[in-house]
Amino acid sequence: MALKPVALTLNGSERAAFTEDGENLLDFLRRRLGDLSPKFGCGQGACGACTVLLDGAPVLACLILAETAAGRRIETAAGLAGAALHPLQRAFVEGFAAQCGYCTPGMLMAAVALLRANPRPTREEVVAAIGGNLCRCTGYEPIIAAVLDAAGHMERRA
Amino acid sequence: MIEFRKEFFADERDDDLKEIGRPTIRQDIEGHVTGRSPFFDDHLFEGLLHVRCVRSPHHHARIRRIDTTEAERSPGVVRILTGRDVPRNLNTLLSLLDFGIDDEPLLAESRVAYMGEPVAAVIATSEARARDGVARVRVEWEELPHVLDVEEAIRPGAPVVCEAYPTNRFIYHGRYDHQKLRFGDVEAALRGADHIVEGRYQMSPIEQAPIETCGAIAAPEENGRFVCYTSTQALFFSLGTAAKMLQTPSSRLHFIGGTVGGGFGGKVDSLHEPLAILAAMLTGRPCKYAFDREEEMQVGAPRGAERWYLTDGVMGDGRIVARAFRGYFDSGAYTRLSSYAIIKAVGHLPGPYTIPNVAADVYCVYTNRTPATAMRGFGITGVDFAIEAQMDKVADRVGMHPLELRILNAYRDGDMKAHRREAKGCALVECAQVVAEKAGIALSAAARAASSRTGGGGERGRLPAFTATDGKGRVEGSTSGSYARKSAPGPARAAPAPGRPPAAPPAPAAAAASPPARRPDAAGAPPPPPGAPAAGRAAGGGSMPPPAASPAPPPGPGTGDAARRGALRFSSLSGLRRR
Repeated sequence: MALKPVALTLNGSERAAFTEDGENLLDFLRRRLGDLSPKFGCGQGACGACTVLLDGAPVLACLILAETAAGRRIETAAGLAGAALHPLQRAFVEGFAAQCGYCTPGMLMAAVALLRANPRPTREEVVAAIGGNLCRCTGYEPIIAAVLDAAGHMERRA
Repeated sequence: MIEFRKEFFADERDDDLKEIGRPTIRQDIEGHVTGRSPFFDDHLFEGLLHVRCVRSPHHHARIRRIDTTEAERSPGVVRILTGRDVPRNLNTLLSLLDFGIDDEPLLAESRVAYMGEPVAAVIATSEARARDGVARVRVEWEELPHVLDVEEAIRPGAPVVCEAYPTNRFIYHGRYDHQKLRFGDVEAALRGADHIVEGRYQMSPIEQAPIETCGAIAAPEENGRFVCYTSTQALFFSLGTAAKMLQTPSSRLHFIGGTVGGGFGGKVDSLHEPLAILAAMLTGRPCKYAFDREEEMQVGAPRGAERWYLTDGVMGDGRIVARAFRGYFDSGAYTRLSSYAIIKAVGHLPGPYTIPNVAADVYCVYTNRTPATAMRGFGITGVDFAIEAQMDKVADRVGMHPLELRILNAYRDGDMKAHRREAKGCALVECAQVVAEKAGIALSAAARAASSRTGGGGERGRLPAFTATDGKGRVEGSTSGSYARKSAPGPARAAPAPGRPPAAPPAPAAAAASPPARRPDAAGAPPPPPGAPAAGRAAGGGSMPPPAASPAPPPGPGTGDAARRGALRFSSLSGLRRR
């Protein structure tokens, strides 16, 4: 099986590794680049646990071939925090918006994409934005509340 | 938002609460929001091998031959395991608690009993190559008749699903083919009731569907040990199960878990750890065995289906004087935890209501369906649905509001429950009153004035003067198969650890003499209504009689042995036992 080099920007850093034919972006990020924050939940684009941002847009890493990400910009939950937690992370912490935590990285990336495009979303817009991300623990309400809470904080700070 | 109803039980509370009613920060949440929580699959190993199973396409079939020659030549395939590679290829989860006979192989050898049962495991250099290898394993099947319905499964002539239990029923303590509860005299009380209300209730299996699928990664460590990162919800259960099936001291196994990507009960079955460790032992390399999503949904054990038949005897004023249950838990092809769920269920009957005559026969039935396991309140949830649906039916029959009926029949403090424990800290009356208030339902003055703390005890706190017992479902010549006492016949093979020869099963139990039945003087008498003056409480909690629901203890291997083991104790799981 042929190995191909793939270089991309991951959370602001230039990264490169070899990929195999047919390897998806999720496995590439996790196994080749060691970013374990995107999660495998279904491998068929149904659960959203592998959501990452590709050039700023939320995508399902399990449905994207690694080589198609070459030269592009990837953001994951591992890169969200700087010196302090991102306001969305802070809102998830304070609002008890995670239980097992497995869907959280994907949920956060879907929410990041929403707030960048729409800093003042309505509840319905939040629900639509995380509609492709499944959570089996929380019942979604604390997550929706946390995203709205973070939007409020970010707006006040801006 | 939590609303505190301070008018209820005010004298029992000091409201000096440190946690309840205040926001709290999860201790593990920073790892969750930064993506750094270490789930089992978040451990990277050089040269990781992937394990995938060849699974039965049939509900029930004999395995005539497994041909792995083509698969072994498949690119990237390192090794293929079959049941012969498993040192002790038969287990039941609760054997670690000394409950039940080993009934389930890790990899089936001669027969499969459910669709998806694994018969071989392909170890390969990537998941894709493991899949290719699986596709090249040739299995010759001889399809057998199957049974998918609990009541069909216990009819004479039904296909035998589980060889350890040839009547397709779990045998409790080697003595009964069902879990039995007897309290008072249901038959007599039904004869004296104004109404008989019957119901049949059927629940479906439910998949826990965690977002993280079940899995484990095992790798050789130093000093002959193996590390195992696992998604298990029951770390020490999985450790003990792996040690048993691999016939290795648990000190050689280093289990790391505790970060579970959603479990809900579906991650207790300990199927992944033994196979991942065995693969690591036999290849000397790190091995990962995990369900994909399809396996999680189709092969992963669900909450089992339950079927319940309820018969209530009800007086014209709404008092329920008798309730009989017949329950069938669909355990699927193997026991896993269903036998235990039934013990939980029977301890919970007849629901939170004081009913003076209760009987239950609850069967753990084997069918050719996916084995069932734990899920959030299993053993209780299903029968509660049946009980509460039945309560509505009773309310309709006697022309009462369903909440009034519940308040009338609810446990009061000091009442005797059917499993012979005193009801304490009751609050159903108060809950029903709050529900009525919130929903704008006008309750009667009596229901509004009712309290869990008054009207209980007295005659309602005493054991029935007569309990009708029977020997229905009595089984002779069966063994409870104690793993802890090494009396279970085990198919141990030569193993890396010092094996133990299987001991002969204990001799069939001699029928224990039944205690003489008492006179049926007060049989079927309805309890005084909750408002009636209490005539003194039953003898306090000091001497608790053993529940009649529990059959006699299984005999020890010998009297001398029994004497060494000390006094007879009651255990909720295995009934009476010697310690």
